[in-house]
Amino acid sequence: MGETEAEADVETSAEAETKTGTETETGSASRADSEANAERIEGTTAATESETISETASLTETPLRVDDLHKSFGGITAVDGASFDVESGSLTGLIGPNGAGKSTTFDLITGTIALDSGSVYFNGEDVTGLPPHATARKGLVRTFQIARQLADMTVLENVMLAPQHQSGESLWRSVLPFARRGIRREEGELLTQVWDTLDFFDISHLAHEDAGNLSGGQRKLLEFARALSTDPDMLLLDEPFAGVNPTLEKRLLSHIHELREEGYTFLIVEHDMDLIMDNCERVIVMHQGRVLADDAPEAILEDEQVIDAYLGGTV
Amino acid sequence: MSTSPDGDADTIAAGGETDQETPSVERGDSASAGPDNEGTGTGDTVGSFFDRDITLILAVIGGIYLAYLLAGLALGFEARGLINVVARLTFLIGVFSMLALALNLHWGYTGLFNIGVVGFMAVGIYTMAMVSKPVGTGGSAQVPGLGLPIWVGIIAGVVVATLLGLLVALPALRLRADYLAIVTIAMSEIVRFIYMSGQFQEFTLFGAQLGTGGGSGLILNYADPLAALLAFLGLSEVYDGLVGAVSTVIPNNPAPVVNQFVYAALLMGFVAGFYWLLKRTGESPFGRVLKAIREDEDATSSLGKNTNRFKIKSFMLGCALMGLGGILWYMGQGAVTPLSFRPQITFFVWIALIIGGAGSNTGSVIGGAVFAAVLFEGPLYFRNLVVRAFPVGNAPTTFGEALSPLLSALDVIPLIAFTLDNMSTLRLVIMGVVLVLIMKNRPEGLMGHRTETASTIDLSRPERRETRSDSTPATAADGGRSDG
Amino acid sequence: MGIADTYSDGRRYVVDRPFALVVGLLVILLAVDFVDGLATGRIAVSDVATLVWDGLMQGLVVGLAGIGLSMTYSILNFANFAHGDYITGGAFSGWAVTYLLAGLGRADVGSLLLIGAGGSVFGGALGIGVTATPVAVLGGLVIAGLFAVVLALVIDRLVYRSMRDQEGISLLIASVGVAFALRYLIAFVFTTENRGVTDAGGVPEVRGYLLDGFVTVSAHDATLLVVAVGLMLSVHFLLQRTKLGTAMRAMADNEDLARVTGIPTERVVRATWVIGGALTGVAGYMFVLWKGTIGFNDGWLLLLLVFAAVILGGIGSVYGAIIGGLVIGLTSSLSVLWIPSDFARAAAFLVMILVLIFRPEGLFQGRSTA
Repeated sequence: MGETEAEADVETSAEAETKTGTETETGSASRADSEANAERIEGTTAATESETISETASLTETPLRVDDLHKSFGGITAVDGASFDVESGSLTGLIGPNGAGKSTTFDLITGTIALDSGSVYFNGEDVTGLPPHATARKGLVRTFQIARQLADMTVLENVMLAPQHQSGESLWRSVLPFARRGIRREEGELLTQVWDTLDFFDISHLAHEDAGNLSGGQRKLLEFARALSTDPDMLLLDEPFAGVNPTLEKRLLSHIHELREEGYTFLIVEHDMDLIMDNCERVIVMHQGRVLADDAPEAILEDEQVIDAYLGGTV
Repeated sequence: MSTSPDGDADTIAAGGETDQETPSVERGDSASAGPDNEGTGTGDTVGSFFDRDITLILAVIGGIYLAYLLAGLALGFEARGLINVVARLTFLIGVFSMLALALNLHWGYTGLFNIGVVGFMAVGIYTMAMVSKPVGTGGSAQVPGLGLPIWVGIIAGVVVATLLGLLVALPALRLRADYLAIVTIAMSEIVRFIYMSGQFQEFTLFGAQLGTGGGSGLILNYADPLAALLAFLGLSEVYDGLVGAVSTVIPNNPAPVVNQFVYAALLMGFVAGFYWLLKRTGESPFGRVLKAIREDEDATSSLGKNTNRFKIKSFMLGCALMGLGGILWYMGQGAVTPLSFRPQITFFVWIALIIGGAGSNTGSVIGGAVFAAVLFEGPLYFRNLVVRAFPVGNAPTTFGEALSPLLSALDVIPLIAFTLDNMSTLRLVIMGVVLVLIMKNRPEGLMGHRTETASTIDLSRPERRETRSDSTPATAADGGRSDG
Repeated sequence: MGIADTYSDGRRYVVDRPFALVVGLLVILLAVDFVDGLATGRIAVSDVATLVWDGLMQGLVVGLAGIGLSMTYSILNFANFAHGDYITGGAFSGWAVTYLLAGLGRADVGSLLLIGAGGSVFGGALGIGVTATPVAVLGGLVIAGLFAVVLALVIDRLVYRSMRDQEGISLLIASVGVAFALRYLIAFVFTTENRGVTDAGGVPEVRGYLLDGFVTVSAHDATLLVVAVGLMLSVHFLLQRTKLGTAMRAMADNEDLARVTGIPTERVVRATWVIGGALTGVAGYMFVLWKGTIGFNDGWLLLLLVFAAVILGGIGSVYGAIIGGLVIGLTSSLSVLWIPSDFARAAAFLVMILVLIFRPEGLFQGRSTA
């Protein structure tokens, strides 16, 4: 189907929409909107593109600023005064030996566990100690090192869960006959996007499979897809490529670069050094709960302390 | 791209007047079905799935009736007996299905381990009774109520059960499942102690006399709920006609039989209502979040869902339905006593849910029906049948007297007679064994793993219909954001 | 330390420990009322002493039964709702033997073994008591412990063993099934009637005058005290001085790690059931001896109090269970000083709910395994 035809379709259905949908508030879609949407057919993330751009325009240069984080678990210090910030639209790597406190740092930033002291700012706003759902709502979304798939739900349900502001999450709207119509339409729209997302992550053949039956790599992909579907400003990815096959890894990386250019910010924990050095413009090295180095990849590779930490460290 | 451009041309030609119908009929898929055909337009897959579930439920219940009726007929029960059997069976299927459905929302959907079901039931019926019982002393043993209409009492009962749910939910929902279990069962026992206590037997609230009746309970001396409902609907005469018609089959005092039967049938209407409500609740974005909380609460909240609010809402809704279930169970029984609200009722509901398979609304109804017919009523009915067919004479009074003839003279009859005589005790043993067997061998319920997709629509891949699918994100974004 | 420091310390205390604060205030309030009651003569000292003694006895039973529940809760990781019916099972088996030993030759064996079901024999008529029929009581006590061990092991073999890798909640639900089956099997065999089993008039008592009235201690009270304290001490030595105790603690802390380090987990599980079962059976027997009646619901009615004790003391802690039992026993017994006796059990449950909500790890920092 050609470009022009598609546009014609858009127009007719937009008309239909306004005519038949007047009884619900969702029916008031303007033509301008639907034309803008015509461009979103291409990819999943494109659907949120225009918004993200307009939002990021007002953002600060450093969306995430972490200041002097501390956390210990019964006597054992996991994070010991970590401070760093992440530049807007960057792809920053967070590396370090096992037990350096990388995942715990993610937990502290997103409020998954309570911090002992320190502060976290996101887009200039103090988000220290906010519960995870609140930080996620502000556009700061993380994935987990061990993928947290919702095992007894299908892959589709997993991804359908993620988008924010679904009006069907209100109990009464879901149940009452009249309001439910709007929900059904909204879900129909969501579904198309979700299928596109699944296509992109190459897991659409698993759409109806229970997430518990997926392989490790597939779970990672599902979690990435789910996090992206929340339409975040910044993604904290904890080893997103563990178990993902190299071809797909390449595709995902190129997609991450695309998203980055659109204004998304990424902070990635990864063990594959080559991957980090090739793709990140900045690398933060953590060791024993502290930030050891924070520099460009080339500089990191020559940093004596980093080499010591990796080669000489016993942990 | 299955639809030809002609279809779109038609749409344009129709000038937007009938364009909704044309494409949706052609495409027959849910995403394009549009808002105009809410009842039927769920798409073929969803439609047939829905029908299949209803058919399954009706088949199971039908099978149960058939078995009971055939057994009754074979043993020459009279019409009165048969109708009574069906009415009682329907009543039990109704109450257990309703309660299992409500519990399924807690445990099956949200993963909230509530074993205080009976507490919410008690609060529902007691509140209803205290509100609706007539004012003033109607006799020496009569506790006065507020004298309000029955429907006010029902609403009050449901509201108070919901509020008790909130009271429990606020502090307790963040607890681990086994701790929540212990808190809820302790709560239900505290509720029972309160109703049992003489302290609140009769008290004055804002100048009005009312009370719980203490250990002897409350006599439900308000207007007969069924008669009141019929009068309200203007169906009293129709009903009298029905009773008259039945009197040709049961000449002697048919009214109680008909009353019982019609009340039980009404209960089934409530089961349908519960099912409808909870199916919609489950098959929605709301239900999707509940399922996600059940699977992994941390992961769910990392996706921006305020899990506590969802849990509280789910808990309160379930408690409201349990309160209503309690009201409907005891409303027509003439009296309530605290003895009726011991924790074993909670476990009956649990067994019903586990039989049908937690997480499935259809399973809950089937589990309720199977529990009521096979485990709750079945052993007693079986006993009656056997005793009628093979009179075994007087049963021995103790297990020893029953066992010794078997040991000394290989006479098994006394033991059988004793077993039959104590069937109401033995059935609880059977329930326990069945529960263990299911948990060990089929933890997903008798019907195995069932998938009830948590979405308002069929989730199969929409056909590539750019016409609709790309005009829609705008509404999602706008509509969703402005009111989210 | 300045005033500001004290103030901020106080404020942090209020914010961090709201539960402790509320409990503290409540305790002060009750204490003031109590002292006032004593001063005005509204509350008699001897009554208080009787209540304390009563609560102590109840607490010993609950604590003794609680040790077993606490051990299985932490090592097998599930709340065993059938535990109450292990108590009942132990009691009935033990009392059947006591009846047999005390009444042999005076009534037929069947009636004796059924503990006089259907009113065929009466414990009072047999003159059962710890002083009158010591052999029968001792025999019953031993059998109660042994039977509960066998019961626990058989049920573990039939039900729980194949479910070890399942979640605690599945096991909990299965244990509810076990509870139903056991309880009503007992009711089926022994009937549902509650009956007296001891010769209540023939039990020696010591009456002491305390300030304003008499306090009575019976021989059965003393027996309960001796047996319970003796067993608690034995368990203490067993867990402190043997490798078994170390292995149990290791398993309660981290089962996978314990397995890796070569602890024979199945054997530890069996030992847990044996020790826990024995204490539970004895607790059931002693409970019946102390109160003088037996009923098929006894253990079930005790179960929530036992749970309360275990949670209060911290799941997995043996001493916690004992202290928790005493606290629960005294709470329900002494609560009648302030609230109607109808709510004695409710008070104990309320304490448990508050602990679960505000201090789920227990009052004494016991190890929780979850």
